[in-house]
Amino acid sequence: MNAFPVTRLALVLIFCLFPAVLLADALTGEAEQQATNWPAIIMFALFVAATLWVTRLAAKRVRSASDFYAAGGGITGFQNGLAIAGDYMSAASFLGISAQIFASGYDGLIYSTGFLVGWPIILFLLAERLRNLGRYTFADVASFRFAQPPVRVFAAFSTLAVVTFYLIAQMVGAGQLIKLLFGLDYAYAVVIVGVLMTCYVLFGGMIATTWVQIIKAVLLLGCASFMAFAVLAGFGFSPEAMFAAAVEVKGDLALAEGAAPADAASQGLSIMGPGGFIKDPISAISFGLALMFGTAGLPHILMRFFTVPDAKEARKSVLWATGWIGYFYILTFVIGFGAITMVATDSSFLAADGSLRGGSNMAAIHLASAIGGDFFLGFVSAVAFATILAVVAGLTLSGASAVSHDLYASVFKRGEADPETELKVSRRTVPVLAGLAIVLGIAFEKQNVAFMVSLAFSIAASGNFPVLLMSVLWKNCTTRGVVAGGTIGVVTALVLTILSPAIWVSVIGNETAVFPYSSPAIFSMPLAFLTIWLVSITDRSGRAATDRAGYPAQKFQAETGIGAVGASGH
Amino acid sequence: MAIEQAEGITETSKSLADMANDERYERLVTRRNRFAWVLTTCMLAIYFGYILLIAFRRDILAQPIGEGVTTLGIPVGLGVILSGIALTGIYVIRANRVYDPELEALRREYDA
Repeated sequence: MNAFPVTRLALVLIFCLFPAVLLADALTGEAEQQATNWPAIIMFALFVAATLWVTRLAAKRVRSASDFYAAGGGITGFQNGLAIAGDYMSAASFLGISAQIFASGYDGLIYSTGFLVGWPIILFLLAERLRNLGRYTFADVASFRFAQPPVRVFAAFSTLAVVTFYLIAQMVGAGQLIKLLFGLDYAYAVVIVGVLMTCYVLFGGMIATTWVQIIKAVLLLGCASFMAFAVLAGFGFSPEAMFAAAVEVKGDLALAEGAAPADAASQGLSIMGPGGFIKDPISAISFGLALMFGTAGLPHILMRFFTVPDAKEARKSVLWATGWIGYFYILTFVIGFGAITMVATDSSFLAADGSLRGGSNMAAIHLASAIGGDFFLGFVSAVAFATILAVVAGLTLSGASAVSHDLYASVFKRGEADPETELKVSRRTVPVLAGLAIVLGIAFEKQNVAFMVSLAFSIAASGNFPVLLMSVLWKNCTTRGVVAGGTIGVVTALVLTILSPAIWVSVIGNETAVFPYSSPAIFSMPLAFLTIWLVSITDRSGRAATDRAGYPAQKFQAETGIGAVGASGH
Repeated sequence: MAIEQAEGITETSKSLADMANDERYERLVTRRNRFAWVLTTCMLAIYFGYILLIAFRRDILAQPIGEGVTTLGIPVGLGVILSGIALTGIYVIRANRVYDPELEALRREYDA
């Protein structure tokens, strides 16, 4: 295929221009900020240079739709495990969870466990079947024996919903982080993220997206390991000593705020157990459901199972991913407690009112500075930015596949699309999604977007996951059943989230929330399953008969991998 | 069940239909799926046991172990993470050592 000469030129241009833009703007920033930001800028420029080089190499290998969507099925289990871990270790988990531990101690660990336990479930119930049944998107699997248009339309819209909310959260996070770390204007930061991720996805497809993710995962794991090691070394490798120091710091802070000595001591100790993060049992269980099963419905994560050659590698990749993610969360736990002992006691990291300089998410970043000075601060800042960049690239690719593979090729062209045109549609969707991400990122600058990641998880757990599980495992499932159940799950999750405190009170500004719980999953997820079941068993249409008759063949392929789309020739 | 399975597959190939109806194949799939569901149940029980403790009896998790400040919640929380990794490992080892070779042997026999 004749490659894009214009796009190659654009790549070169961006390569040359971006460091210049970065430097130019840093120079106009405040003098004090600029001095501390040089290492970060250089480090980030190095990362960008390395990843664009990888993209260039990948661009030469992206020839077919399979290369673009699924890296030609040529990723190994180990590599895919790292890439999945990379997708999962977003800036939200690195900065967000360490910040949560910094603020309230133990509660952050509850978050981490929920994020992790979805993985074993994916492995036991879905990973191998996904690989055996699908090619590019999870809709391939969900619609395997069903009428294509309705299931694909559902899957594409729910993918776009998940991707959009996740993207907004990442873009806003990126903008704020870069503004703070590099002294760059918020809008510039968002545009840089948008343009760079377009380069990765547009030219390098899944191959580049995977390798960018792997590079970033290694960097992030390396720097988190170093931070946790340094923190523990400071306490003679005794976690008890670290916890005791953190409890003392929290107690002293409470004393300084005027609490009675006994109260202060108990406030200090409160960081060692579950606190106010989860207010009521229903919210606790609901939130747990969303985290656990949401993972099994995130389209940009499910997509990664199509990049390995067979079910065995898919299986291996989950083991690697679970191992790395678990290790990472344990590191984050140490980093959070380390930040309590090293950051909360150092006035140079605090604003006048005692809060963290640069916002509550900066605990890990300040800790990096406390441990390794400006150089290491620069390194960690660059890695945090790289993290966002890699995650948005994966999200964009997933959104683009939903548009081109599910909507264009399977619905609009009724499965008769020529692969080259499909690829072209995919590539044209990428800049559109990037533009949308930039616009939304700027529009939501001043909004509290904390709820958006958990909203994405709720939608995934209430729509994609029930549809996928039932279509793969239940023989009486029908087209109508999955479309009705999935749609009701997604809509319920969305509506209940809007009515919940996170939006109804915090964003819209009403007095009390209509829906009092912090997560809708406990209602929306069972409702989706129930609808799928009820609609399917009452479905007497001719299509339903075809759907049910298709189950044995689907099951055979899902269990054996015979007939599965294998790795392409290179 | 066996006849029903055959019907869906006959279009593809005769030998595949035979394999789908082979008792050894059916037993393999049943065993593998049962194993996967047992592990799923373990994971759900561990995680939601933990969540229910947080929801209803957080005082248990806030109990110190030993003399220091370290609470029971720390090893329990880390244990939930490690158990997830361990269960994943158990499945992978069993699938690689037992299920894969059995399926491979069947595939060779039926030339699939």
